[in-house]
Amino acid sequence: MSRARLFTLQIGVAFVFIAAWHVCAQYPVFGEVKNFRFFFSAPDDVGLRIWKFFATGMIWRHLWITLTETILAFVIGAVGGVVIGFWFARQPRVAAVFDPYVKMANALPRVVLAPIFMLWFGLGIWSKVALGVTLVFFIVFFNVYQGVKEVSPTVLANARMLGMNERQLLRHVYWPSALSWMFSSLHTSVGFALVGAVVGEYLGSAAGLGYVIHEAEGTFDVTGVFAGMVVLAFFVLAIDYLVTLAENRLLAWRPPAAGQG
Amino acid sequence: MAFTNAVASGRASSLSGVAVALEDVSVVFGSGADSYCAVETIDLNVRDGEFVAIVGPTGCGKSTLLNVVAGLLAPARGRALVRGRQVAGVDADAGYLFQQDALMPWKTALDNVSVALEVAGVARAEARERARAWLARVGLARFTARYPHQLSGGQRKRVALAQVLIRNPAILLMDEPFGPLDAQTRGLMGDLLLKLWSDDRKAVLFVTHDLEEAIALSDRVVVMAAGPGSRIVAEHAIDLPRPRETSEIRLEPRFHALQRAIWSDLRAEVMKAYGDQFGE
Ligand SMILES: Nc1ncnc2c1ncn2[C@@H]1O[C@H](COP(=O)(O)OP(=O)(O)OP(=O)(O)O)[C@@H](O)[C@H]1O
Ligand SMILES: [Mg+2]
Repeated sequence: MSRARLFTLQIGVAFVFIAAWHVCAQYPVFGEVKNFRFFFSAPDDVGLRIWKFFATGMIWRHLWITLTETILAFVIGAVGGVVIGFWFARQPRVAAVFDPYVKMANALPRVVLAPIFMLWFGLGIWSKVALGVTLVFFIVFFNVYQGVKEVSPTVLANARMLGMNERQLLRHVYWPSALSWMFSSLHTSVGFALVGAVVGEYLGSAAGLGYVIHEAEGTFDVTGVFAGMVVLAFFVLAIDYLVTLAENRLLAWRPPAAGQG
Repeated sequence: MAFTNAVASGRASSLSGVAVALEDVSVVFGSGADSYCAVETIDLNVRDGEFVAIVGPTGCGKSTLLNVVAGLLAPARGRALVRGRQVAGVDADAGYLFQQDALMPWKTALDNVSVALEVAGVARAEARERARAWLARVGLARFTARYPHQLSGGQRKRVALAQVLIRNPAILLMDEPFGPLDAQTRGLMGDLLLKLWSDDRKAVLFVTHDLEEAIALSDRVVVMAAGPGSRIVAEHAIDLPRPRETSEIRLEPRFHALQRAIWSDLRAEVMKAYGDQFGE
């Protein structure tokens, strides 16, 4: 399939979906139009609301807050995951002692921590960052741990034969391997940083995209909820695109995965 | 420095001229009922400047022997000496070209080669300069910026060769270095190796499953028995003149006589291994 054709079809799907939605909001297909609009709003209303978000400029502050929380959660979680992951992988005894606790902590659904974090860190951004960190940390931790453990024994033996000492092995072999595993999970971990931020905002805050959606829900403003969701979706796409760019730069040495150009 | 070395290893004098010595070496993998004795009571000497090829059926323990000499594997019995000193831990005097891919996939060809000097304390700029020269010598001047996955199997082997040789190791261990290559490339690589080797005549221990390659390159061919408990069953001196051209030397009548003689030893072992591994 050519690029242009693919793009046309992708746009076509959106068009059909919006058209069907529009028809249902204009004509009594599923009972009264008023009822339908109460539950599902209408595409033109949602579009108008999104336009207002940006025209009044009110959304920028919220986007900025959510972005800040996401970045902080990712950076703190990733640094923690790399350090602990490295430490555990190089000290099997430490890893063995902490193993059950790591599994336990990771099995815990993080949403239950949100109220506690609010108690500890207040309603500002830090309780959201903390929630994101608990999500990001484990993904990065497991990947770095794996990356250090799964260094090819031949590559390692070769590096030793080339005369590398422990520190040089760390720098030239373990570290790049761990980073490559970490970057291969970059999409997931950045995604989770965002989930942490939005869920945290949703559960209690005064700013951010999660807050915008929650506010609209509180007043049964379905148009506002959908408008917030659309903005959130495009926000996620934009971040994902940036991650892809970073990944392409950082993992240039890796063969492209099978099936990809 | 030279004095302390001579004093520290009193044996050195008695073994002068011997680059690698395996004395009564046995290697056992695993323990208890599952233990597997790969090689048994191996005695082998490689003189300074000598090119020794090891042939033997698959799984007989050729890589195992090289690992012992490299210091990556401790023998259950016996010992390995490199230039008169007992091998304990990774042996810095040896250059080892592995059977499997061993390049760091996250480094370019140039970085893979230059890092071998950088870890020895050579300044980065100089290391890269010399790495570039070595890549040119193995015919890869245009491929310095490539990552291993962007190179062909033969090109990767040549990068690995440059990576090993740039350190100027005292002895060279090569484990089926041209294994995955086609016949023509093997020939070219063999000639390249002989050319580089003739410059400074290191002691070489060269493992191959290709008898013709072993004869064309080496001064001596060692035949190993089928495992378990593989031993050396025969040694043949290769009295072909040097310098050699691998494609030319194959046409010599003497080459064929040697090939027949060694093959008659090797054949029995290959058949034994075949019967053990693939028989009913
Ligand atoms: N780590 C290990 N644990 C148990 N057995 C091993 C191990 N490494 C090697 N072996 C066994 O020791 C024997 C010798 O292995 P080795 O790799 O030295 O063979 P080889 O002669 O190099 O074979 P090839 O020509 O196929 O490379 C084999 O039977 C192998 O199964
Ligand atoms: Mg082998």
